[in-house]
Amino acid sequence: MDKTTAQIAAGIRRRVLEHTLKNNGGYLSQACSSAETLAVLYKEIMHLGSTGAPIMPRAFPGVPSPFNPDYFTGGEFNGPHTSEYDRFIFSPAHYALAVYACLIETGRMDEKGLEHFNVDGFSVEMIGAEHSPGMEVTNGSLGQALSQAAGIAYARKLKKEAGKVWVYMSDGEFQIGQTWEAFQFMAHHKLDNMGVFVDVNCHQCEGRMVDVMNIEPLDARLNAFGAEALKVYGHDIKGLLQAASTPHIGKPLVVLCATNPFEGIPLLKQNAPKYHYVRIKNEQEKNLYRLELERMSPRTLNIPGIIRPAGN
Amino acid sequence: MEILNKTHAFNLVKWAKDKPEVLVLSADLKSSTEIDEFFDIYPDRFISAGIAEQNMMSFAAGLSREGFIPFVHTFAVFIYRRAFDQVAMSIAYSNLPVKMFGFLPGITTPGGATHQAIEDISLMRALPNMTIFECGDATEVETILDPVMAVKGPVYIRMLRGDIPRLFDKNEPFKIGVNRILSQGTDIVIISSGICTEEAIKAVDAMKAKGLSIEHQHISTLKPFNSKQLLGPISTSKYGVITVENHTVIGGLGSIVSECMAENGLPKKIAKLGLQDKFAHGASKAYLMKEYGFDAMAIIKQTEKMTGMNFNISEAELKQVNIIPMHSAIKAEDL
Repeated sequence: MDKTTAQIAAGIRRRVLEHTLKNNGGYLSQACSSAETLAVLYKEIMHLGSTGAPIMPRAFPGVPSPFNPDYFTGGEFNGPHTSEYDRFIFSPAHYALAVYACLIETGRMDEKGLEHFNVDGFSVEMIGAEHSPGMEVTNGSLGQALSQAAGIAYARKLKKEAGKVWVYMSDGEFQIGQTWEAFQFMAHHKLDNMGVFVDVNCHQCEGRMVDVMNIEPLDARLNAFGAEALKVYGHDIKGLLQAASTPHIGKPLVVLCATNPFEGIPLLKQNAPKYHYVRIKNEQEKNLYRLELERMSPRTLNIPGIIRPAGN
Repeated sequence: MEILNKTHAFNLVKWAKDKPEVLVLSADLKSSTEIDEFFDIYPDRFISAGIAEQNMMSFAAGLSREGFIPFVHTFAVFIYRRAFDQVAMSIAYSNLPVKMFGFLPGITTPGGATHQAIEDISLMRALPNMTIFECGDATEVETILDPVMAVKGPVYIRMLRGDIPRLFDKNEPFKIGVNRILSQGTDIVIISSGICTEEAIKAVDAMKAKGLSIEHQHISTLKPFNSKQLLGPISTSKYGVITVENHTVIGGLGSIVSECMAENGLPKKIAKLGLQDKFAHGASKAYLMKEYGFDAMAIIKQTEKMTGMNFNISEAELKQVNIIPMHSAIKAEDL
């Protein structure tokens, strides 16, 4: 039976936590903040074609060059690139594991593919690249994916294609000049076949954005740039779904998803205000995360190494 | 010598007629980069990106992923200085067919350091997948578009605008990786590119009249560089090699030729004329070429230094050299 959007979101968090435990660290908070948004995008908002059976990620074929005919992008995980279907351009490459987990939860990627995560010679990279599952443009240098998505959206308008272009971004990217160049362009050229979901978790590498470099009021700034921007609570699936259908004739749509970087894993709150990368410091802390994983697991899983607190 | 005006403007319009996939992008420099005629005739294929080159370069990458061929037009400095990360990551990494027409190469503008692209070849050459062409005259401007399209990946073009001389026979088009052999000889090898070739032709003619035997080749494909035509003449040259470029001598034509010589074990002396690790400033082209030592007189002086000869050529004499469109001494099928 198909999973519900809430189940997909829970699955994203659980899988990313599993891997964080396995590797003694990882980009865990990104999964906490993005789980519902990615789940609702893949399950209910985006009109993506089927991949058929879940795809097993391929080995890395080498970088693109005129001499490498075997090169591929990770776009195949989002279904065929035909005119009627939407496209998904994923910008914050550090969230890669959350995307892989989402692809597994939605039946697009073989779950065995995660065994290749961060393994040399495979495409399932820790910080996603354009050959990684679910990705199809070079997105690692923050701020470049939105402009590329605008190019794709403009081209699709020229070709009179019905499919839209959805973009997922992080709020940190709104400190970058190119992002605003892109919104200026998207508004000027009336790219209303674009919808941008932004993870507004208010944190970045060095800490709270209000301390590092404030970007608020983000909705007012975007609306002043000519976008149709609105704020929603990013863990409310219904609200996210509703926001996606906001009319935005002649304007790009921007859904600002207010999220918590520790949503679903309260233990993570102890890392405040530095959520960017979680490093598990010692066995005691690892045990606490194991207990979190046990709590999140749908059935009694045998989580190796678990030590029960006294009295339990 | 025939001087042509707005060669690219008229040629592009004619050439693009049956190529609906070609889109022209402008960063507020429509008339300065000779795409105003294109805009008038094909407004639907013209995209105004405004003064926002970082977005423009990544945007172009997105267009090309959907089957279009973006022809980005702006000043060269705004392509590789302002938006190098975008050129590298959005375009070059993915080997996308974005064609970048960089105007005002080197000291071809009195606009000063902000407008003068003096290290573009060094930087763009370092990018994997990048092809680099440079136009030296009106014939090359007129015939570069087919070669640009023939390359499947990104191409960076050092483009000329405005009044451009016709140095080469108009029936001998730009050919990828083929040097134009303008003179054959054994005393010294002069290798020039871009606007420096006109200066080199003047110097070579004057020195040949004094009895020097000169090999002169014009380079228009800087990457991938084909050294095949150069190796023979360099290895047999009596006094060595002089390169002449409208660019810093670090990383451009002089560096490329030096690398080829070293890689092929050719133990000859090489002198690199061009900007000697210095920025230029706002002044006329002729003034700057003289000031920085890569005009015809500078080529003669360097040759005198390397050969120990004194040609006794005055600047007034040089001005009288009448350049007639040159036939290449070698045919492509001979290569």
